[in-house]
Amino acid sequence: MEYNGSAIVAMVGKNCVAIAADKRLGQQALTVDMDFEKVFPMTDRTYIGLSGLATDVKTVHDTLRMRVNLYKHREERVIEPRTMAHMVSHMLYERRFGPYYIEPIIAGLDKNQKPFICGTDLIGCPNFPSDFVVTGTAGSNLFGMCESLWEPDLEADDLFETISQALLNAVDRDAVSGWGAVVHVITPEGVITREIKNRMD
Amino acid sequence: MNRFVEQLTKTDGAGLGESFTGTGSAPAGLNFELASGSNPASFTQQYTDVASEKDARIKIAHGTTTLAFKFREGVLVATDSRATMGNIISSQSVKKVIEINPYLLGTMAGGAADCSFWERVLGMECRLYELRNKKRISVAAASKLLANLVYRYKGMGLSMGTMVAGWDDKGPGLYYVDSDGERLTNDLFSVGSGSTFAYGVLDSHYRYDMTVEEAKDLARKAIYHATHRDAYSGGVVRMYWVNENGWVAYPLEDVGELYYQYHPEIQLTNSTESPLRVNASA
Repeated sequence: MEYNGSAIVAMVGKNCVAIAADKRLGQQALTVDMDFEKVFPMTDRTYIGLSGLATDVKTVHDTLRMRVNLYKHREERVIEPRTMAHMVSHMLYERRFGPYYIEPIIAGLDKNQKPFICGTDLIGCPNFPSDFVVTGTAGSNLFGMCESLWEPDLEADDLFETISQALLNAVDRDAVSGWGAVVHVITPEGVITREIKNRMD
Repeated sequence: MNRFVEQLTKTDGAGLGESFTGTGSAPAGLNFELASGSNPASFTQQYTDVASEKDARIKIAHGTTTLAFKFREGVLVATDSRATMGNIISSQSVKKVIEINPYLLGTMAGGAADCSFWERVLGMECRLYELRNKKRISVAAASKLLANLVYRYKGMGLSMGTMVAGWDDKGPGLYYVDSDGERLTNDLFSVGSGSTFAYGVLDSHYRYDMTVEEAKDLARKAIYHATHRDAYSGGVVRMYWVNENGWVAYPLEDVGELYYQYHPEIQLTNSTESPLRVNASA
């Protein structure tokens, strides 16, 4: 889990959710890539962040893409974030005795525009908090930042500020994550994506 | 300090104490408590990991980029300022240059405590040399003093890679000394986890007949590139120039800002006014 380094966080706001991640891909101390995608849009309103071993980030993303597409064709509707969380959880537990080294975060708005966030461990134990979820090598740093910065019912712009500050200050105390960051704020009107400025050391 | 150690040894019922003075004569006041048993060093090493960032019960501050080179107008010394314990950044404002005296500098890489302690001892020895001989110690002699000092503890887990830079009767002096007892002199050294990146920049652009400004630009660039690629280096660039009048320290430069100075085309504002993309969905 520490080989490539990562930091991902999702937060609930008032009628919106935000998910943010760093952009580093390293091989332990060596920073190889500073534009590595860890957060993926799975539907218009549901995003997934995958932290951990980079090769498994790609594999799990591709496999999940396939399953979400099959679901769409079979059900003839777009998957709900909660359903996707269970799909991911099940997919990870299928590898109970030889797991993917990833800890995913799911964030989205459901069909009633209600915010949804979920995190699981590497074998799919789900966790549905009402405030925020964190994952990655900077996870404990992110917990500290979120516990002090987050408050209920933040509007989209305030949520962006809060999640950005939480991520930036968390990665500045973690050696193996950072090197750029991306923030998605999911609102009923659409998704706003921003790249934010941060230290490149 | 001596008496305190003696008292501890006498009253210690658990048998942990057995003071070690090394072979030969130790510098005044140096006594280290050791674990009991036939090989105290390997006992301690079971619980300590000074050589890597891997899991160990006791983690020691690690990870560094330091460099120093001779040029036409003296010696330039530069370091980063990050300290890590495992993956946690424990400090971004470490002083990795130790001012031994107005003409001598030492750099820190490896165990922070080992470097600061032994270079402080070196400072004391250099002062004693001055008082005994009524002249300043040469860089060669000072670095050999340090090399001999740490060689007595070889195999006991000391971890330090240091450069001693200064000015003496022969002109600029630069030596590399490490905890294996190695002592080398050359025009250019870099030490630490980020040294490979620094060497890449230094070897590409180094010339002996640089001006002070050119030398500073080179050192800054080398440290910056090392902090950029090496996860365990970062913080600020700290630079010193040693000339015939002693060393000069320069203002600290934040690496976080240097990146955007080296890349003026990158304009990130962090404002909610300028989103990268808005995917307004139906």
